[in-house]
Amino acid sequence: MTSQIKRGVSLYSYQHEYVHGTMNLEDCVAAAAKEGALGIETLGEQMIPGFPFPGQADLPDSFYSWWKDLMAKYGTTPTVHDMFLDTKRYRGRLLNHDEMVDSLKRDIRHTAKLGAKGIRIIVNTPPEVVESAAPYAAEHGVWMGVEVHSPYSFEDGWIKRHLEVAERVGTDVVGCVPDMGIFVHRLPRVVVDRALRDGADPELAREIVDTYNSHGDSQALFDRLERQGVDGVTLGLARNGIHMIAQPVDCLREHAEFIKHIHAKFYEMHQAEGTDYWHEYSIPYHEIVPVLDEIGYDGYLSSEYEGNRHIEDAEPVDSITQVAAHQGMLKALIGEEN
Amino acid sequence: MFDELIIREGSVRNVTGPDGEVTGFSFDSHIPYYRGLGLSMVEVPEVTVDGEAVPGEDLRFTYNGVTRTFDELADVTDVRWELRTFATITVLRPGGLAPGEHEVHVNLRLRVSYLPFISENRFTRRVTVA
Repeated sequence: MTSQIKRGVSLYSYQHEYVHGTMNLEDCVAAAAKEGALGIETLGEQMIPGFPFPGQADLPDSFYSWWKDLMAKYGTTPTVHDMFLDTKRYRGRLLNHDEMVDSLKRDIRHTAKLGAKGIRIIVNTPPEVVESAAPYAAEHGVWMGVEVHSPYSFEDGWIKRHLEVAERVGTDVVGCVPDMGIFVHRLPRVVVDRALRDGADPELAREIVDTYNSHGDSQALFDRLERQGVDGVTLGLARNGIHMIAQPVDCLREHAEFIKHIHAKFYEMHQAEGTDYWHEYSIPYHEIVPVLDEIGYDGYLSSEYEGNRHIEDAEPVDSITQVAAHQGMLKALIGEEN
Repeated sequence: MFDELIIREGSVRNVTGPDGEVTGFSFDSHIPYYRGLGLSMVEVPEVTVDGEAVPGEDLRFTYNGVTRTFDELADVTDVRWELRTFATITVLRPGGLAPGEHEVHVNLRLRVSYLPFISENRFTRRVTVA
């Protein structure tokens, strides 16, 4: 049986090459399209210079017509716009409710003009702000999905409040975007190796990894190391053991009705013995994809490469190869034929 | 992230005032973040030269041709430090960097709204001044 799951890429994946000037926005779209990842997720404030602040004029129509031509050229579809909410924009005070709603309305207009279907709501956005903006989003034919991102999980009160908004206004307008970083079942090697290069204590690093990977009490270990006054780098690695989470994959099943889009986060693709595609070291995609299939998820798996920043000090970053390998894995797990 | 671009390679140089005297040194810097941020969210960085901390009031930030103190920067809410662009950070220091080797360390601190703490981004570069 062929899955309904579609493949895409968040251009976040290519940030290293973009910043270093070796790839521009079009190159990023082309790289994704080359792997058959036809759903393109963008961050306005990353690769669209001049993306307006709330209260400033929207991007010119010429930008959006260029963008539509670009999508047509590569046969790609805009999927999701990743919004941000700069609650700390002004010194000495946080944005008020109306300012936050205003910021989100800018994102809704941008999403509609891109031709994308949805917005990834950054997790610091209050549920009541999403609720206030819901009629405006519906009017523009755009849904909003709060990112379920570690250290938050579906069990968190804040996420539950967002999903209550979805129940009130309808899951056609509000839902969620789970980030597969909630399923980090092994501490990423790239994170551990970076800490070791930065001078983390190797013995303690091993204990941190063992505790995390065996689902032990990472918080207690962190507290103990903090009390002992261990060095900042080792303590930082221990903190990773708290911030990263390993939820049971089944939680996707229980929240199926709310899932609009998926951030297919990954840290490191590597060759695995006996299979014809590369594997992600820390996140069990071979368990995740079958569950998504089973619940009839028909949205996108949007590859989000995050290993780049953990290796940049030691080796050349090659996001194109990493994303291609991740897409190869998704393709195999989805059971796509071609 | 983009740590090595916090002090762009080859960009550390002495700067001279109107009378030709060396008033300090500067370097080019990229925002250590995956998206652009309004300048108001760039906090006063920690800069140390050969282990010695530079007072915040001796730092200047130049972006798009406009030079500001970090105190002034805190009110600039409508200009974004875009990716792929470099700001120049100037350290006021009579005489600048003397000829020879120096170690410049920068901790660029950003007020990232979804983090409960200030984002700290450190990089150290050894430079040789001719």
